[in-house]
Amino acid sequence: MLVRYLPMRAMLVGSALCLLALLCPLALAQQPSSVNPTADSVKEQDLLKEFHKVQGRGSIPDTKSYVIQQPAGRDWRKFHEVTLHWIGGTAILGMLALLVVFYLFRGMVRLETGRSGRTVVRFNAFERFVHWMTAVCFITLGITGLNITFGKELLLPYFGPEAFTEWSQWAKYAHNFASFPFTLGVVLIFLMWIVWNFPTAVDVRWLREGGGIIGHEHPPARRFNAGQKMIYWIVVLAGGAMAVSGYILMFPFYETDISQMQTAEMVHAIAGICFIAIMLAHIYIGTIGMEGAFEAMGSGRVDVNWAREHHSLWLEKQIAKGHVSEPSPPEGSPAPAE
Amino acid sequence: MARMKFLCDADRCIECNACVTACKNENDVPWGINRRRVVTINDGQPGERSVSMACMHCTDAPCAAVCPVSCFYTTADGVVLHSKDLCIGCGYCFYACPFGAPQYPRVGNFGSRGKMDKCTFCAGGPETDLSKTEYEKYGSNRLAEGKLPLCAEMCSTKSLLAGDGEIIAQIFKERVIKRGYSSGAWGWQTAYRETVAT
Repeated sequence: MLVRYLPMRAMLVGSALCLLALLCPLALAQQPSSVNPTADSVKEQDLLKEFHKVQGRGSIPDTKSYVIQQPAGRDWRKFHEVTLHWIGGTAILGMLALLVVFYLFRGMVRLETGRSGRTVVRFNAFERFVHWMTAVCFITLGITGLNITFGKELLLPYFGPEAFTEWSQWAKYAHNFASFPFTLGVVLIFLMWIVWNFPTAVDVRWLREGGGIIGHEHPPARRFNAGQKMIYWIVVLAGGAMAVSGYILMFPFYETDISQMQTAEMVHAIAGICFIAIMLAHIYIGTIGMEGAFEAMGSGRVDVNWAREHHSLWLEKQIAKGHVSEPSPPEGSPAPAE
Repeated sequence: MARMKFLCDADRCIECNACVTACKNENDVPWGINRRRVVTINDGQPGERSVSMACMHCTDAPCAAVCPVSCFYTTADGVVLHSKDLCIGCGYCFYACPFGAPQYPRVGNFGSRGKMDKCTFCAGGPETDLSKTEYEKYGSNRLAEGKLPLCAEMCSTKSLLAGDGEIIAQIFKERVIKRGYSSGAWGWQTAYRETVAT
């Protein structure tokens, strides 16, 4: 079989060789003597130096997969496992220690003039509802959020892996769902209280006197004092940052790439930790830190003496509007006739 | 004790995707999950490079470090595995992984992630070796049968090497010496904090 084709093959090979011999000088004249595209192609280290990642073109729909190396992941790991632990521990434990020490020295800020028995409405039902909805969500979000960072250190050794995973799974769902009423609450807080939270000259004096927290001064204040205004703006700004970064994390890679996701997580973690630390102080002052404060958000009504001591300018306005209740009758005396 | 590693010789990879197909088939990888993928740099231009990438089974794996429920573990061979029973699908391992190895099935709305899935070096998972549940959850366990990962076995040009780090580094070194150039062992500096000295 092969013998019949031999002459044909010999002819083909012969003509090919002639062609090559003719073209050779031409080819050599046009091309440089040594080109090795494979050897000269891009190196991994060059790509990393220039782009801080190695990315190409793939053939599957998942475009995230086209990044084959992003060493920034190791830096993010160090942030999350080391830096964040230090920030979190310092901020939260530091704030708790500060509050304990402060309470031991200053104690509860008492009503110096005592209770008068007359009350004035401080927050209406809607305001209280929004506040408590936001607050309960905040507690849920805070605890479940801290679980992601500190859970395996603090809880896993006591729960065991299966129970801890079960708890963490539900914590994750709770965190994601509570984010919606929390965000709504922050927006409502922003809108419903903004009128009373712009800085004024009254705040300058209040701050200069330290709000009266040390000593027994009672600098005047309007509906919200400077301390409360600071809390308001922290809630709005930090809450806003948490919402934005949180929703980026909850809708991963919808509009962001890997480094933007890592940034979103870092913003969410740091803002969250600081937010928690500051809210601990807010909870302190609203509960054990000050006599007569909790009822403002609890029942919505505060004692007139409390209002006079802490929000004198606001009380004057309320009196002028006729919002202050009549004194309650002393014990034992008959009720006034209608 | 062997220390298992992957090495993709980028000078030999021809983007045939045999490794991808082999992995998907051997481990019954569901739709949308791609444990191994091939990426081409400078596609269509001189000096085009293709690299096959899956989990590199790093030394001091960042995925294991950031997991909030500590569901990862490293075997005696250096293979990084995880437990799908403990995984909560938070996605942090993907942010930490320099190679984009963790994959998540889409089980719900928006960004809901299911249990993380990734290349196991064909070494299964924490379930009993070669059991049905191990296969259903993690794919085949070739290492328990004394075999190497199928992606490397199926590589048409033997560009993807898998096995003991010392041995594959030696093979790669010999190739580099023979051909006189090398683009290096891609990913080794990031994954193992070492390069193959040539």
